[in-house]
Amino acid sequence: MASSHGTPPVFNNKVIAWIDHRLPIFSYIEKEYHTFPTPRNFNYFWNFGAIATVMLVLMIVTGIVLATNYTPHVTMAFDSVERIMRDVPSGWLIRYLHMTGASFFFIAVYIHIFRGMYYGSYKAPRELLWILGVIILLLMMATAFMGYVLPWGQMSFWGATVITSLFGAIPVVGDSIVTWLWGGFAIDNPTLNRFFALHYLLPFVIVAVVALHVVALHVHGSNNPLGIDPKGPQDTVPFHPYYTMKDGFGVAVFLIIYAGFAFFAPDSLGDPANYIPANPLVTPTHIVPEWYFLPFYAILRAVPDKLGGVLAMFGSIGVLFILPWLDTSRVRSCTFRPIYKWFMLVLVIDVFVLGYCGANPPEGYFVPLSQVATLYYFFHFLILLPVLGKIERPLPLPPSIADAVLKKKAG
Amino acid sequence: MRKPMKKMLVTAAVALSALTAGVAAIAADAEEHPPHRHWHFQGPFGTYDRAAAQRGYQVYAEVCAACHSLQLLAYRNLEELGLTENQVKGLIKDIQIPDLNDDGQPIERPARPSDRFKRPFPNEAAAAAANNGKAPPDLSVIVKAREGGPDYIYGILTGYVPYDKLTPEQIKAFSVTKDDNFNKYFPGHKIGMPPPLGDDKVTYADGTKATTDQEASDVVEFLAWASEPHMEARKRTGVRVILFLLAMAGFLYAVKRMVWADKH
Repeated sequence: MASSHGTPPVFNNKVIAWIDHRLPIFSYIEKEYHTFPTPRNFNYFWNFGAIATVMLVLMIVTGIVLATNYTPHVTMAFDSVERIMRDVPSGWLIRYLHMTGASFFFIAVYIHIFRGMYYGSYKAPRELLWILGVIILLLMMATAFMGYVLPWGQMSFWGATVITSLFGAIPVVGDSIVTWLWGGFAIDNPTLNRFFALHYLLPFVIVAVVALHVVALHVHGSNNPLGIDPKGPQDTVPFHPYYTMKDGFGVAVFLIIYAGFAFFAPDSLGDPANYIPANPLVTPTHIVPEWYFLPFYAILRAVPDKLGGVLAMFGSIGVLFILPWLDTSRVRSCTFRPIYKWFMLVLVIDVFVLGYCGANPPEGYFVPLSQVATLYYFFHFLILLPVLGKIERPLPLPPSIADAVLKKKAG
Repeated sequence: MRKPMKKMLVTAAVALSALTAGVAAIAADAEEHPPHRHWHFQGPFGTYDRAAAQRGYQVYAEVCAACHSLQLLAYRNLEELGLTENQVKGLIKDIQIPDLNDDGQPIERPARPSDRFKRPFPNEAAAAAANNGKAPPDLSVIVKAREGGPDYIYGILTGYVPYDKLTPEQIKAFSVTKDDNFNKYFPGHKIGMPPPLGDDKVTYADGTKATTDQEASDVVEFLAWASEPHMEARKRTGVRVILFLLAMAGFLYAVKRMVWADKH
């Protein structure tokens, strides 16, 4: 793929030619975002990488503006956020975009991950590309968690309490680690201060890992819905204008839904209790994280043992790191995997069930339900996936992308 | 190989859906939720009813302010409810605000529009001490800070049941005594706040009859505004943003179709 980029471009503009001769940024853009050969058969699932990138930029821009008006101090943080909402010109707009943006960033990334799993994008030679993506997910989770602490509402404080206490489950050194994380013997001003510093830092680390993710992507190019490699120019189109325009359209549609929430239901995705200032003496009846953490929260609570729960929760992400090697099927795309594609659907349902359990108090039926769903989650990755790859008989693959596309058009 | 797999899949799907259905049935139980009311500020184009919110301010100032602070708001904010600066000055002319004079000595001076709403107690400990050990919550974002929002606040204000109207089962189940305040919608039902509103508790200048329901709905309108004073700007901007994005999406779709015309 990389070898088919063709001859280096010639720039007529003298300034551009001068710069490019010394620092080939224009050649790079030309090669990677213009002529870059891209499979011609993407469906709209392939928009979500671009959408996630747009959301990342949007979060950083709104975040920097918020940071210029926010005060990371336990006695002032809550009021400074409300001051942004009330007195800073258009502060409400920036804060709602940031707050709702976190949710929509996760929506985009979760769909992006689903697409990678359904179409087998993690398989050779894209294992590192996938692993970098899982690292981005972990960084996003850390960033989102610390960002949620900053308004210093009840859920901020108690969410931070629950999550940081998890490290106390580590044998021997657990308590020391928790004290070290807190910067003291309780969650207090040092904790808030460092969370603010890290919440500002990590997004730029994410940008760096995204850059690596894109570099890795451009070595072998994108996977596609058929999961077969392009065999020649008839199977691909230049990235620009074909996919710049298609991504542009996808981004615009996504932004419409995002704007719908940000402007007409900004608080619907959050917990009302976070509009109550943090109070270390009053524990909320139900401590719940933001919706995008609920499946993992359910896994944490499904295991009766604290350390076991922590391991299961981290394991649920950890298992994604080895996904490329757990899947033993020769075929990438679920389009040609008649059995696995249904199990992919069951996994999605399972994750929704976990999310539903995570949103409810761990009592009554939710306990066995979350345990069954947790077991199924690990069963899917650790047992089903390796076994199914061996025994499933995939459908015949089309000879080429162009062949499949043109046949579909004719039929 | 495929048949047993399919069977397994069907079993798994049936088991999962049965479990979810069961859970949904359990989740729908118990606790009485405050009835849903229509509020002027609801819906994508809803605005605050200025007259109701102004009456609501009167209820807050004459009733709630005795115990509840509203410290995120300044008196000048009342101009956003359609009052002029002079009207605001008139409303606050009798309020004395603690301050320091040029010699650093504590004094009280008349309130200015730029002052934050005066707090009924000098600090949280004093508020708690005067209210049986628990400080009344600040009301600045109360409508956003409660599940159910305006319906819940309205429900609390109108949901009191006098002791002699309670069933023996209720008295037993929640161990209510004659001194307790029983509220239908408060979690646990025993609420520290005695019934704050009553018919003709305030006298409205615009001639509106001050029933308990009227006072409650007016003060909720006021507190909803206090919780989110820029809601109207948010919705107005939202309409424009979405219209713009719709046009942009349509335009991009047309361009995309044109670009791809020779490839499909």
